[in-house]
Amino acid sequence: MSKMKCFWLIMAVTMMISFAGSAFAKPIEINWWHAMRGARGETVQKIVDGFNSSQSEYKVIPTYKGEYDEVVNAGVAAVRAGKQPHILQSFEVGTQTMMLSGAIYPVYQLMADKGYKIDWSRYLQPVLSYYMNADGNLMSMPFNSSTPVMYYNVELFKKAGIPMLSKDEPITWDEMGEITAKLVKSGVEGGMVTAWQSWTQVENYSAIQNLPFASKANGYEGLDTELQINNDKVINHIARLKSWMSDNRFYYGGQKYQGPKSEFIAQNAGIYIDSISGIAKLQAAATFDWDVAPLPVESWNKKPQNSIIGGASLWVFKGLPAKDYAGVAAFMNYLSGNGPQILWHKETGYFPITLGAYEQLKEEGYYKENPFQEVGIKQLTRQIPNKNSRGLRLGYFIQIRNIVNEELELVWNDSKTPQQAMDSAVARSNIKLREFERTYK
Amino acid sequence: MIKKRSYFKSRSLPYLLILPQVLITLTFFYWPAVQGVVSSFQLSDPFGLYTKFVWFDNFIALFKDPLYLKSIATTLFFSGSVAFVSITFGLFLATMANRVLKVTTLTRTLLIWPYAIAPAISGILWLFLLHPSYGVVAIFIEDFLGIDWNPLLQSSHAMLMIVMASAWKNVSYNFVFFLAGLQAIPHSLIEAAAMDGASPFRRFWTITFPLLSPTMFFVTVMTIIFSFFESFGIIHAVTQGGPGGSTNILVYKVYQDGFIGLNLGSSSAQSVVLMSLIILITFLQFKYVERKVQYTG
Repeated sequence: MSKMKCFWLIMAVTMMISFAGSAFAKPIEINWWHAMRGARGETVQKIVDGFNSSQSEYKVIPTYKGEYDEVVNAGVAAVRAGKQPHILQSFEVGTQTMMLSGAIYPVYQLMADKGYKIDWSRYLQPVLSYYMNADGNLMSMPFNSSTPVMYYNVELFKKAGIPMLSKDEPITWDEMGEITAKLVKSGVEGGMVTAWQSWTQVENYSAIQNLPFASKANGYEGLDTELQINNDKVINHIARLKSWMSDNRFYYGGQKYQGPKSEFIAQNAGIYIDSISGIAKLQAAATFDWDVAPLPVESWNKKPQNSIIGGASLWVFKGLPAKDYAGVAAFMNYLSGNGPQILWHKETGYFPITLGAYEQLKEEGYYKENPFQEVGIKQLTRQIPNKNSRGLRLGYFIQIRNIVNEELELVWNDSKTPQQAMDSAVARSNIKLREFERTYK
Repeated sequence: MIKKRSYFKSRSLPYLLILPQVLITLTFFYWPAVQGVVSSFQLSDPFGLYTKFVWFDNFIALFKDPLYLKSIATTLFFSGSVAFVSITFGLFLATMANRVLKVTTLTRTLLIWPYAIAPAISGILWLFLLHPSYGVVAIFIEDFLGIDWNPLLQSSHAMLMIVMASAWKNVSYNFVFFLAGLQAIPHSLIEAAAMDGASPFRRFWTITFPLLSPTMFFVTVMTIIFSFFESFGIIHAVTQGGPGGSTNILVYKVYQDGFIGLNLGSSSAQSVVLMSLIILITFLQFKYVERKVQYTG
């Protein structure tokens, strides 16, 4: 073959291939910005691959944009520049800001517009309720949801002669006092530690005890909400924890989870309160037997409410080409299917968000093999969520959590009494809430 | 008449040559600064859909907030301590290194190393030493000195920790400049003083120190600016402003309120206050301290 002939042949083949390529429409690309790193990020990729290979019309492209706050900031900047992604993962504390942003396409509306008839009652209600508006419509698709539970060191419990705890029936805070006293007496350095103190000891404490965290149904019914955590019951709880510090029944290990977790792993504390997503971390790090129990309740609380969730949900931005949204809806529908939900739950420990997935897992006997995983789900679903326990809808919630954390630290280091600290937390947070309200007026 | 060695024939060429630098400064410094000043007068949601002009409301709210005033005091105390510790140690080490001549290069190189470490890493290193749960030195302090070391709860411990981490990093920077300054001082002066019978301390105090004053002045300004801004990484890694807000210096508060909390109006107002404060401090230094500085040897 002469060189010339060879050249023409290559040209012809190239032309044919590119023609053939354009004959099949290129899939519509759907961008998803998320905050799931490491093993969680790999699971996200698996779910996306599953969707992409299940059809050829759309292609979801997940991008890790950093921690939660960085993802939200990336989203804000993108919306301002008119280059928003289709889907953005935002943490639960940013719910109010996202909801009022005016930049989102509510998920319930998206699914209805695209012809998906979804039976929302087949979802875990405490998960949905966090992301619903006042009318009970779902604004964003729940994605990774967790709730706090109590981990305890089985070996230290045995040594101190404490019976193992039930996975269904919560102990009371009075019993917690006795157990931690026994632990300390048996020679353990500390009784209990807690991660994320504002979330576990104030937000969830209030929800479980059926106490309002803020007025206007925890902020669901209006921006003119005010914090209400300076009530007797919360103050008593804080005062009780403070009194436990004097004999090490309670030990402060920091605002986040690293400090408390390392105390638990080093067996300096027998009890550790943290999110159910801590299961995987403990499985990797703890060298002793441990177990999971629901969070304690007050002895006067005969009907403990559900605990509330933490985590993040998926928001859909509006203002993108209309043809893309059918793909977004298809992906959301795929995501809430049993397959991806079960994969997500098994690999990350976050809740499956539908009852269907939960029931299938039960039938498979998954919880017989992994009894830890079910404690959180049972605690979360033991009641129908009410105004005090469906979630928190506050503006500048991140700062409010910061304020609560700061004030709690001032109790722990003897600078303030529990009453002073909670009064101050309420007053400071209310200033933030008024500022937020003014912004959106 | 002195003849100019070179000059530009075209009037526009010099402007053309400085244009890239001017453009960069305008885009990356003046434009964001102006934006910051504008949004400090506004109340705005993060997505920018609701923006209201509120005059000085953001500033009034700030100065009504006792915690903000406390944060200013914390910042001044923090940067004062960092400046004091890092300048004292830097000067001490430089004086020592200037004398020891045998292993100078090695000593100097080793002493400069910490400056090459990013603030966040420096913070993490100190955290590994001093964290009450897993810090190596913390265990030593508790077991052998009998001090209940707990920077998670004790404000003074937390402050001590971030001052040490920041000062440690900055000592090397100061060291380099002091060493250069010391080496520029003519030996004849010191020798003459020695012959007149001046003690080593007196020689240092009346000759070396005054001659070192330009360096001292430069280093002070730089250290204070460093501790106002770059210490952010250390605070973020070590205390996150805690416990109870006791190490929440101004720049960290701007980040917490603006980037994490998305409260743009307030955090812009805070940046403007921060900017004014640093301008004021630098101005005062130039006005009052620089007078005492002797630039000629």
